[in-house]
Amino acid sequence: MNWRTPRTGGLALLAAVILLLPLALVNNYWYEVAILIGINAIVCVGLNLLIGYAGQISLGHAGFFGLGAYGSAILSARYGWPPAAALAATTAGVALIALLVGRPILKLKGHYLAMATLGMGIIISIVIVTEDRLTGGPDGMSVPAFTLFGMSLAGERVWYWIIGGTLVGAVWFALNLIESPAGRALRALHGSEVGAQVSGIDATRAKVGVFVISAMFASVAGSMTAHYSGFITPGKVSFFHSIELVTMVVFGGMASTFGAVIGAAALTLLPQLLTVLKEYEMVVFGAVMVSTMIFFPRGLLPSLMLALARKRK
Amino acid sequence: MSAPQPVAQLSVTALSKAFGGVHAVDQLSFELDSGKVHSIIGPNGAGKTTLLNLLTGVYAPSSGSVTFEGSDVTGLAPHALAARGMARTFQNLQIFFNMSARENVMVGRHLRERTGWLAALLRFPSLAAGERESRDEAAELMRFVGLDDYLDADADAMPYGALKRLEIARALGGKPKLLLLDEPAAGLNPTETHEIDTLIARLAQSGVTVVLVEHNMRLVMGVSDHIVVLDYGRKLCEGSADQVRNDPRVIEAYLGRAELAPC
Repeated sequence: MNWRTPRTGGLALLAAVILLLPLALVNNYWYEVAILIGINAIVCVGLNLLIGYAGQISLGHAGFFGLGAYGSAILSARYGWPPAAALAATTAGVALIALLVGRPILKLKGHYLAMATLGMGIIISIVIVTEDRLTGGPDGMSVPAFTLFGMSLAGERVWYWIIGGTLVGAVWFALNLIESPAGRALRALHGSEVGAQVSGIDATRAKVGVFVISAMFASVAGSMTAHYSGFITPGKVSFFHSIELVTMVVFGGMASTFGAVIGAAALTLLPQLLTVLKEYEMVVFGAVMVSTMIFFPRGLLPSLMLALARKRK
Repeated sequence: MSAPQPVAQLSVTALSKAFGGVHAVDQLSFELDSGKVHSIIGPNGAGKTTLLNLLTGVYAPSSGSVTFEGSDVTGLAPHALAARGMARTFQNLQIFFNMSARENVMVGRHLRERTGWLAALLRFPSLAAGERESRDEAAELMRFVGLDDYLDADADAMPYGALKRLEIARALGGKPKLLLLDEPAAGLNPTETHEIDTLIARLAQSGVTVVLVEHNMRLVMGVSDHIVVLDYGRKLCEGSADQVRNDPRVIEAYLGRAELAPC
């Protein structure tokens, strides 16, 4: 087996980091941060398939994250569904919504697609805030703990392993997809849409497909967040969260699955580390962002890899 | 039942495309026989590239019809036409510069590969086997067009002449019945042009119908079985290289009406 390919070596490295990280997590607070990184990373890995590989923008993925969270919450809290069934049904429902929304809006390109996905995210957010009978409105709602085979899964230490395992799975899925004919079709679309079409690629089918897959990644992450935190508010459904997710993908490096993970980790961790700076937090955060994009224009990971490859030569 | 008539592989009837008031292609009709090398020539702006875009579904025609292998394919999307056996290259390269050269050719095989999402996400063993086959066949196609030196190159690190041939290799990946080449020799030096020349001849030998849009007359006259001359979106004349070369309308379209000194 070749350990230098992303699908073997990279995945093994990620698993090793997740396995060893608890040694450095001194208290529950840091477990919480690690879980948050994992959740964001799952969404970003999916979003990167859409943005980084297929070259389509979405400014509405927090909407899918929110649909996942609220779908699981409503089905399990209001209708008494077993959480595992709620998660499965919600993921399927979000996939269907993404399919129905994606078909018309993915015909748009560039700024127009950005506007359409932005609008979609805002509509989802408004629905969740106003349907207070179901969602609790701006006050949020509580969510029962996740139970599997009669076991209740609660606490940071349990969820660390669940999220960690899910992240490894998400990365594995993404790496598999990219190195397949379907994934090549996505990258081809990014390279030259007309070139891809005359090669027999159905552009609409490919774009809608990856849109649905990335929405499902976000939805699963949302469902897990709901059960893990036990309480959800519409804050995570907001437009700003969508922007945050896109920023993580671009920061870590577009068209790089591990870049998306690193972007999610860096931009989740950074605000936590910068809280010691109090009122200067946002200034330093902004400075870090700007200088990263100046010195690592392809994003953190791809730029570093390129520099490394050059050095070796 | 009557004996089947030998039908043309591609027939174009009264095909037109207008961009606003400009009739880029105007009431064009012609037929292309299977297994031959056909060239479409004409002065700049005659509508050659527009015609190619119409035939391959990149543009939808304003009126008229296109029949391919006996069925009406007018207005079909490019990927649907590719599925019926059409492939093409572009005058202004449409290479996937974000991929390796070999991956570019592998994309050309898209229609013959397992493209399901589930098989891809879970990497079914059959898919992994298909990938190996795909890599091998892509290498074979690259060797066929003379890209032996670029098997492991990234597309964005290749010279222009090699990219032209890479597009041909990608087009061949779909095992097309009809291959349309839009100015394959444009920007190439004489040696490279000669290589394209032999490549086209080899393609024709393998049974692929070739449609060539080209300005290099030496290349066109050398390889073509049949030439269609366009001017202002209309068909000026068609026929063999000799017929076209000696047609006064063609000379006039290219050189203008004047007293021609005997060569």
